[in-house]
Amino acid sequence: MPPDKPYAILPLRLVALSYGVSAMRLIRDVTISLSSDNKTIVLGPNGAGKSLLLRLVHGLLEPTSGLVIWDGPEAARAARYQAMVFQRPVMLRRSVRANIAYALRLRGLGRAERTARVADILARTGLSGLAERPARVLSGGEQQRVAIARAWALQPEVLFLDEPTANTDPAATRAIEELIEAVHQAGAKVIMTTHDLAQARRLADDIVFVHGGQVLEHGAADQFFTAPRSKQARAFIRGDLIW
Amino acid sequence: MVKKAFLVTVLATWAMTGAALAADRFITLASTTSTQNSGLFDHILPLFTRQTGITVRVIAVGTGQALRLGQRGDADVLLVHDTPSEEAFVTAGYGVFRRPVMYNDFVLIGPRGDPAGVRGMSDIITALRAIAARQAVFVSRGDDSGTHKRERRLWRAAGIDAAAHSGSWYREAGAGMGQCLAIATGMKAYVLSDRATWLAFRRKTDLGIVVEGDPRLYNQYGVILVKGTPKPADSKAFIAWLTSPPGQSAIGAVTINGQRLFTPNAP
Amino acid sequence: MNELWQALHSAIDLVARRETAFIEIVLLSLRVSLSAVALATLVGLPLGAALAIYRFPGRRAATVLLNALMGLPPVVVGLLIYLMVSRAGPFGVFGLLFTPTAMIIAQIILVFPIIAALSRQIIEDYWRDYADLLRSLGAGRGRAVPTLLWDARFSLMTAVLAGFGRASAEVGAVMIVGGNIDHVTRTMTTAIALETSKGDLALALGLGIILLALSLVVNGLVFLLGEAAADAP
Repeated sequence: MPPDKPYAILPLRLVALSYGVSAMRLIRDVTISLSSDNKTIVLGPNGAGKSLLLRLVHGLLEPTSGLVIWDGPEAARAARYQAMVFQRPVMLRRSVRANIAYALRLRGLGRAERTARVADILARTGLSGLAERPARVLSGGEQQRVAIARAWALQPEVLFLDEPTANTDPAATRAIEELIEAVHQAGAKVIMTTHDLAQARRLADDIVFVHGGQVLEHGAADQFFTAPRSKQARAFIRGDLIW
Repeated sequence: MVKKAFLVTVLATWAMTGAALAADRFITLASTTSTQNSGLFDHILPLFTRQTGITVRVIAVGTGQALRLGQRGDADVLLVHDTPSEEAFVTAGYGVFRRPVMYNDFVLIGPRGDPAGVRGMSDIITALRAIAARQAVFVSRGDDSGTHKRERRLWRAAGIDAAAHSGSWYREAGAGMGQCLAIATGMKAYVLSDRATWLAFRRKTDLGIVVEGDPRLYNQYGVILVKGTPKPADSKAFIAWLTSPPGQSAIGAVTINGQRLFTPNAP
Repeated sequence: MNELWQALHSAIDLVARRETAFIEIVLLSLRVSLSAVALATLVGLPLGAALAIYRFPGRRAATVLLNALMGLPPVVVGLLIYLMVSRAGPFGVFGLLFTPTAMIIAQIILVFPIIAALSRQIIEDYWRDYADLLRSLGAGRGRAVPTLLWDARFSLMTAVLAGFGRASAEVGAVMIVGGNIDHVTRTMTTAIALETSKGDLALALGLGIILLALSLVVNGLVFLLGEAAADAP
C-alpha cells in the first residue's frame, strides 16, 4: 500500500467499551487504540469474547456502554469502509459472480463498473474458474474464499475476519491465509480473531489478547510470543486450557 | 420451455373463461335443489333463451334459502314450492306478485320389509302415525327445503312432534333429496320424496313407493317476481313465458322413463 | 368398493368425451384458484417477509393471529363475503354476487393467511442466517426483504402450493358466493357437491379423481420448473 495514502477512518479507538446481556458482562471495559494498517490478530481461548468484540467494533452490536471511535475524514460513514467475513460463510443462493456483484450493487455501483470489479476480483483471488457455479455447492474452503473476495471487492479500509478457518482443512486454510495476505498487501487493515496459536504466529503483526471479556494484552506480536506479561497469556501460549 | 408452457396455459385458461362470461343478458332465478335435480331447467330454459336472448342463471338452494335470497334482493325471480311461505313473502312486501306454475306430488318411500305396515295406504297422516307408533326409522331432509317444510306440516297435522325423537327413529340428515334417498337406502328407512327425484334416483335400492295419491301430498309450485329487482322487464318476460302456452307445454314435456315430472297448471 | 371402480370409469369417461360442460368446469376451477393464489402470493409473500424481518409493537400478536387465520373455515368466509356483496350488503352495487370474481375474492381471503404465515416462518429462518451478512454489507431491512424472498424461493414455492391446494380443494366458500350456477360458477368442487347431493356417488368420486389429477399436474409442473431453475444459479 502506498505509504502516503491518507486513511479514511483509521485510527480506531475503543474507549471503555462494554457489552452485557441481562446482568452478565461479556465485554468489560476495553480501551485500546489501533492505528496502523497492519494485521491485528485478536487472540484468546474459545468463549473469551473475541467474536463479540469484533461485532461491536464493526457495528453489528450496540455496546452497553463505552465508545467505538473511528477517526479520519470519513469517520461519519465508517461502515462503508469496512467489510466482514464470518466464521461460517453466508452464500446467497446464486452464482459466485452474482454473490460478489450483489455486494457491489448494494454500494450503488453501476452495471459496467460492477462487471469490471467482479472480473478483477475473481482474477486476483483465483476464483475465475468457479464464477458461474452456484455458490452453495462449493466446499467450505471455497465458499470462504468467495466471502473474502466479496469483502475485498468493496475495497475496505478495514477487513474484519471472525475465525475464518475454524472449519476448514489445512489446504484451504493455507489458501485463505494467502488470500488474507493479498488483501492486506492491496491496502486493507486486517483485524482477525482466532484461537489457533500457530495461525496467530503465522499472520500477526500485533496481538490483542482477550480473556474473560477483557483485553489483557495489546502489543507487537513477537513481543507477545516471547515475553507475555499476563499469566493467562503465558498459560495459553504454553498450551494449557484456560477460561 | 416448461416455464413458457405453464404461462401459456394460465393465460389461455383466463382468456377462455373470461370470454365465456362477457356481456351476457341474464336474470337470476332462485329455485330449489329438487327442481333443478329433476332436470326441468336443462329442458325448458334453453327454449326461453332461444326465444328471447335472455339467459336464466339458476341458483339451486333450499326453499327457505331461496326466499331469503329474494328478501335480500340477490335473485330476480323465485320458483319454489311452499305456498304458505310464498304468500307470506308477497304479503310482507318482498315480492310483487305470485303465480302458480305447475305441480307434482310427494311420495312416501319405504323399505321392502315395510315394518310400519303402511304400504298401499291412501292416507298419509295415518301412515305417519303408524311409523311413529312403530318407531320405524324415518329420514328427514332437515334443511328447511320445500320438501322438509311439507314433511313438518304433515307431522303437525298428524299430531306428532317428530323433532322430539330426533336422533332415535327420526333422523334429520340436513342433506339434498338424492342424498337422503341414498341414506334411507342404507338405513332401510322411510323417507318423503318428490316424485321427480325418486324417478331420477339411479342407485341400486331396495326402497319403493309405499304411499301416494293423497291430496295432502300434492305439491304446488309458484313463481314470484322479487320486488326491487334491477331487471324487472326481463324478469317479467320470463314469468310471462313460464305461465303462457309455450312455457307450459315445455314444462309438460319433461319426462323420465315416459313419466311426466310436472303438470303445468298456470291459469 | 364397486363405487370406486365406477368412479374410475366415470373419470376416464369424462376426460375421454371432453364435453363442453366438463371442460368449462375444469377451466373455471383453474381460473378461480390460480387467480386467487396469484393475488394472495403478491401480497402475502412480502407481508410474511416483512413480519419476519421488521420489529414493531404487536409483532408477536400479529404472528399468532396470522397463524390462526390459516384455520379459517371456508363456509364462514363464504358467508362473510356473501353478506358484503349481496345486494342488501355494503358492496351490493358492484353486482359481484354469484360471479367468479366473488369466488376469487373469497379464496384470496382463505389462501392469503396460509401463504403469509408460512413465508413468515421460512423467511425468519433465512433471516437468522443472513442478518449479520446483510447488515454488514449495509442492507437495511427494506433491502433485505426482496433478497430473502429470492433466496428462499424454493421453500416459498411450497408455501404457495399449499395455498393452491387449499384453494382448489375447498367448496364451502365458492358454493355460497358463487351459487354453483351451471355454465357460470360451477367448479369441480361444487360439481362434486351437487352430484353427491343427487346421490350419484360414482360421478362425484370420478370428478374427485380428476381434481386430484389436476392438482398432481400443477404440482408436477412447478416441480419441473424448480428443477430447471435449480440447475441454473
